[in-house]
Amino acid sequence: MSNYPDENGRFGAFGGRFVAETLMPPILALEEAYKIARADPAYQKEFDDLATHYIGRPSPLYFAERLTEHAQGAKIYLKREDLNHTGAHKVNNCLGQLLLARRMGKTRIIAETGAGQHGVATATLAARFGMQCIVFMGATDIERQKPNVFRMKLLGAEVRSVTSGTATLKDAMNEALRDWVTNVEDTFYCIGTVAGPHPYPEMVRDFQSIIGREAKQQILKAENRLPDAIVACIGGGSNAMGIFHEFIPDSDVRLIGVEAAGRGLDTPLHAASLKGGRPGILHGNRTYLLQDENGQICDAHSISAGLDYPGIGPEHSYLHEIGRAEYLSATDDEAVEAFQMCTKLEGIIPALESAHAIPRTLDLAKELGPDGLIIMNLSGRGDKDVNTIADVLGVDI
Amino acid sequence: MTKRIDATFAKLKSENKSGFVAYMMGGDPDFKASLALMKALPEAGVDIIELGMPFTDPAADGPVIELAGLRSLKAKTTLKTILKMATEFRKTNADTPIILMGYANPVHYMGYAEFATAAKAAGVDGAIIVDLPPEEDGELRSAFESHDLALIRLATPTTDDARLPIVCANTRGFIYYVSVAGVTGKALGQSAAVSDAVTRIRKQSGLPVVVGFGVRTPEQSARVAKDADAVVVGTAIVDAFHKNGQDAALALVKSLADAAHGL
Repeated sequence: MSNYPDENGRFGAFGGRFVAETLMPPILALEEAYKIARADPAYQKEFDDLATHYIGRPSPLYFAERLTEHAQGAKIYLKREDLNHTGAHKVNNCLGQLLLARRMGKTRIIAETGAGQHGVATATLAARFGMQCIVFMGATDIERQKPNVFRMKLLGAEVRSVTSGTATLKDAMNEALRDWVTNVEDTFYCIGTVAGPHPYPEMVRDFQSIIGREAKQQILKAENRLPDAIVACIGGGSNAMGIFHEFIPDSDVRLIGVEAAGRGLDTPLHAASLKGGRPGILHGNRTYLLQDENGQICDAHSISAGLDYPGIGPEHSYLHEIGRAEYLSATDDEAVEAFQMCTKLEGIIPALESAHAIPRTLDLAKELGPDGLIIMNLSGRGDKDVNTIADVLGVDI
Repeated sequence: MTKRIDATFAKLKSENKSGFVAYMMGGDPDFKASLALMKALPEAGVDIIELGMPFTDPAADGPVIELAGLRSLKAKTTLKTILKMATEFRKTNADTPIILMGYANPVHYMGYAEFATAAKAAGVDGAIIVDLPPEEDGELRSAFESHDLALIRLATPTTDDARLPIVCANTRGFIYYVSVAGVTGKALGQSAAVSDAVTRIRKQSGLPVVVGFGVRTPEQSARVAKDADAVVVGTAIVDAFHKNGQDAALALVKSLADAAHGL
């Protein structure tokens, strides 16, 4: 399975390098630099050291006893990416990319962000390495993720408000690509998910696959067997790809991705690219996209800014087509309910993104019964979402 | 047909002058006004028309062309209505080449083979698909070749000597040199660098080289025309048409075209 992608960055019919000519030389240079770094033990050591002492890895695999009791079925374990420095899995990837940027002599880091988790993680590593950092963020998202915007500024990053299009994640990505094409010489584009032109989907997956490698060892130690299923939420799909990757060869382990169904898949207000989209070309890769009957990109909708994206990483499109992974969805309402339930039952405030995985985990626990074993990736913590939840509940804080 | 493109450059060469290429956004602000502008371009001195196909996420364009595309989409423009513009244009003009310019997704959605067939039937001569670099354009290229349509490639300041042969391989019509690393509507590249790049690309490809990105004034048009086989202007025309209407846009086009032609 690690044979994918091929030398053209293809996962079956998905992926590739659909960028303007100006960006072809820099992405080819990036691919080359990554190939060399990956084979260099010194690079791996730098990554491992900072993963341990700066991020706080390995993240725990936690038996969620009360969620398990509540579900009345399979045992549920949570992979605690919420306990990482900066509060989500995003930092794993930023560490890998910024170490690479440093090796390549790049001094200016740009990133796009939706919920702000990737922006915060990028700004954090840029501060740690003394690099200039500019984060592009949709004006809509800036409004609903104020605490993260302030965190980025404290970390020394410049947050540029993007007002074009729907002023969300996809527009932030357009703007970051425009910046990169204008400043190719000194700039490194740190993409936050397993999407974009090759080598990003592969590179980001590799950096995030530490989640699955740890989880496999941890579950073997705790339960002496592999889980029956892995569940993770999906926007672009980096936390899901990160926990899936190690288990892909284990064909008895079901891999389940949960897309954001927004107000419902029967409405236009959702962000479920696989369930509600079809293959197309956007942001450098061929993948499933939400689009209309003329090939124009549709606006995604999710209460969670981090899932509010009309595409999905190309490797997920591939796993979907070959049937290796299953893709389900959860609505805004289900996520809000699960957010509160997890908070009350486990004393863990999950990110709204991660909360999407909870209802499908509970369904699955019932389906598998008491002999079953599930790992759910708790990809981030929900402190940043407290304002959103208060709004939904009509509470003034 | 590359025949129309080849004939255009042959004629310019015989008259010992550089050509002028005008970009306009198809369907901005609506079908009728946009078609009227298109029909008036050759009379104002335009040798080749680049007809923009709107896209929701134009990551290689600056705000002027992005907003023009969004206005066009709001007026319900589709790939089919863009092709209809070409068909209407051809009813009164048999010679001016039409090059469609846009992004891959709407074309991919229609299907590359179907797009090539429809473009040919509409009297289109070629296309520039910004996000299909040589590594990804094989499928559309073969569909185009079976209809004698030109898939025009872009060369940029980041296209180095090692990469230039890849960009120039199997190309037809002309090569479009993007004078600056950036989005549309930015400042023009340094003239010495442009001159050098044009010479390099012409030698490698054996095709005419047109230069665009950043040309806004007649002075710049004249300067670029010294080196290039044709000058492309987009943003300035789209902006003038939007803000000041057809007469103002055509007056600008005429001054830019005259300058490129050395008049």
